[in-house]
Amino acid sequence: MNPAVKNTLLFGFVGVLLILTGIVQGWNSALFILNMGLVSAILALGVNLQWGFAGLFNIGVMGFVALGGLAAVLVGMPPVGEAWAAGGLQVFAGLGLGVATVVGAVFLRKKLTGRAKTLGTVAMLIIGFYVYRAVFDAGVAAVEAVNPALTGNLGGINIFGPHRDANDMLLPDYFILLAWPMGGLLAAGAAWIIGKTALGLRSDYLAIATLGIAEIIIAVMKNEDWLARGVKNVNGLPRPVPYEVTLQNDPGFVARAASFGMDPVTASTIYTKLCYSVLFATVLLILLWLAQKALNSPWGRMMRAIRDNEVAAEAMGKNVTARHLQIFILGSAICGIAGAMMTTLDGQLTPTSYQPLRFTFLIWVMVIVGGSGNNFGSVLGGLLIWWLWVQVEPLGLWLMNLATSGMADGSALKEHMIESAAHMRLLTMGVVLLLVLRFSPRGLIPER
Amino acid sequence: MDYLNALVAFLNFVFVPGLAYGAQLAIGALGVTLIYGILRFSNFAHGDTMAFGTAMTIIGTNALLAVGITFGPLPTALLALPFGIGATILLVLFTDWLVYKFYRDQKAKPVILVIVSMGVMFVMNGVVRFIIGVRDIRFADGERFLITAREFKDMTGLREGLAIKTTQAITVVVAIIAMALLFWFLNKTRTGKSMRAFSDNEDLALLSGINPDWVVKVTWMIVAALATTAGVLYGLDKSFKAFTYFQLLLPIFAAAIVGGLGNPLGAIAGGFVIAFSEVTITYAWKKVLVYLMPESLEPDGLVQLMSTDYKFAVSFAILIIVLLFKPTGLFKGQSV
Repeated sequence: MNPAVKNTLLFGFVGVLLILTGIVQGWNSALFILNMGLVSAILALGVNLQWGFAGLFNIGVMGFVALGGLAAVLVGMPPVGEAWAAGGLQVFAGLGLGVATVVGAVFLRKKLTGRAKTLGTVAMLIIGFYVYRAVFDAGVAAVEAVNPALTGNLGGINIFGPHRDANDMLLPDYFILLAWPMGGLLAAGAAWIIGKTALGLRSDYLAIATLGIAEIIIAVMKNEDWLARGVKNVNGLPRPVPYEVTLQNDPGFVARAASFGMDPVTASTIYTKLCYSVLFATVLLILLWLAQKALNSPWGRMMRAIRDNEVAAEAMGKNVTARHLQIFILGSAICGIAGAMMTTLDGQLTPTSYQPLRFTFLIWVMVIVGGSGNNFGSVLGGLLIWWLWVQVEPLGLWLMNLATSGMADGSALKEHMIESAAHMRLLTMGVVLLLVLRFSPRGLIPER
Repeated sequence: MDYLNALVAFLNFVFVPGLAYGAQLAIGALGVTLIYGILRFSNFAHGDTMAFGTAMTIIGTNALLAVGITFGPLPTALLALPFGIGATILLVLFTDWLVYKFYRDQKAKPVILVIVSMGVMFVMNGVVRFIIGVRDIRFADGERFLITAREFKDMTGLREGLAIKTTQAITVVVAIIAMALLFWFLNKTRTGKSMRAFSDNEDLALLSGINPDWVVKVTWMIVAALATTAGVLYGLDKSFKAFTYFQLLLPIFAAAIVGGLGNPLGAIAGGFVIAFSEVTITYAWKKVLVYLMPESLEPDGLVQLMSTDYKFAVSFAILIIVLLFKPTGLFKGQSV
């Protein structure tokens, strides 16, 4: 079978799965899976850029996704004027002092020699740390004291505020779309810092380093309440698509829904989700097009050459470290964009929901199963594995019910087995990953 | 100034917890480092192997309690530990035969094995949740304290108390026994020596007639025993929760790398370095400092360098510093 036909069939298969979901479980569920699947596909594209193109072993995807989510809050929410007046500038002055301390210490290390070098650097770090904590802590306390039940943070930059129509119904706020590129930029900035320190390390060390940084990013987001309210979560992010309630109160929309034979509530939820699907699909197609262009360009060939033989590439005059840094930043930026999109879709930022198994390792399963080194493979893997991740639970429950149907009601084993169906997900993902690695290590759509 | 009270406060809040945590990390890191030395990959499933061993031990403990057997003042889990270790040995040997052997025979790149271990991690995590669920389980029974803070105060008349939990004492004792056994095994027995030879130079070891299959099998058995012990000790000291064990992966890897991957002594040193840095940096020092400073200089704040939630950041920062300045770790580890 030629590859084009096979790939079309594979994508068609995912389409059929989604349509079946729509028929059996309702179109709302199907669209929900599709939307998150599109975001997952973008994440997989980002990881594929790093792993498939350049062989960089990044298992800190979760951190970049979370940074994207943070960007959604920082761009989408209105600023809290009172908090800014109370201590906004002081917080940033504190952060500035912190950075100045580190820069100063590095500067002293370079300029001084002998014993003065060690003493000067250490003194700079200790004094700087206390000055930074004094200024920063006071600022943070002032900010977090402002209306802690509702805000207690500095808010975002969305000065245009929520838009409402004549009947006081919420209208879409396109400003939050700006969060997507911003999420990419934020993740890229973090990736630059991480790459500068960790990219020289061996692959295992880079893996541990990225794993650790992702945990630190989550820890910061959980604890720095002045930034995005920490574990108190940020709710009610503006949406770039029409609100369901607004649609249900729009006579024109209700009439159109009726002409399709649908009730307004179902029609409005489906319409809103469809709008997201269109937006996400657009972003995915643009990124996929760019990634394909990159893969087939001289730059892409150079990347693969570096991946396959670093020494030879270096001998040809390629700057391996710089190229690695470049692609690490690009891949992370894509993860940041996806993270911002995900938070926009959810409409809220909950730092506790970021779990490495779900946001890092699952993405890796998508890339490996789809076919590392192939952009279409990543997209397919993203859509397919996400579908599986959602559906394993009901499927597992169904299987368990079937397996235990012969047992007496109320038996402890039966209850335990039905209860544990909820844990089928991780098991299935692991088995899928191991099977693919063993029997089809190049994935469903192999690299060409 | 009151040095004695300051010392007791320091021992109570920093040294004893740090020692117990360090011992747990060290045994965990020993497992990681052995796998790295012999099988030459970073095993991401190690945290979940620990969780599996602990889950099995908990089941064994419950079975023992059900028939009315306890270990007197000591936790019953210690009696069930051999059962947990046995079950874990069977699991890892089965995993090795089913999964890892194929890639070893192919001489796959280490990074492929790391990804494979990610798959094993998923499966084991799922299996543990399947068997025992996701709840927080406390399974320490017997005496809670070797000495309580109140007893210590009554005994010495000091203002500060020194409480030593039974589990902390057990952790340290078991850790010393486990380490002594391991080093005796590696240095004195024929199999242990062939393991070290295999780790130093695989080709030369094969040439001198060492059976690689046997070495790999023994390594897995030791790793299973170490992982279960570390997991049970951690669970006794704190509590068992499948997800926490997965998160332990980071400090354990940090310990192994800081000490020098592949070097057992380094793993132990690394475990204590990481544990003590985490505890000292996230501890609020006010309690100790009030005894050491004249009243006029007493600190206003808690004198806490970082909040407890940043303990990951601490182990990670140490990891990065060591890697930047001494890439093979404090003790000379392998670099592949």
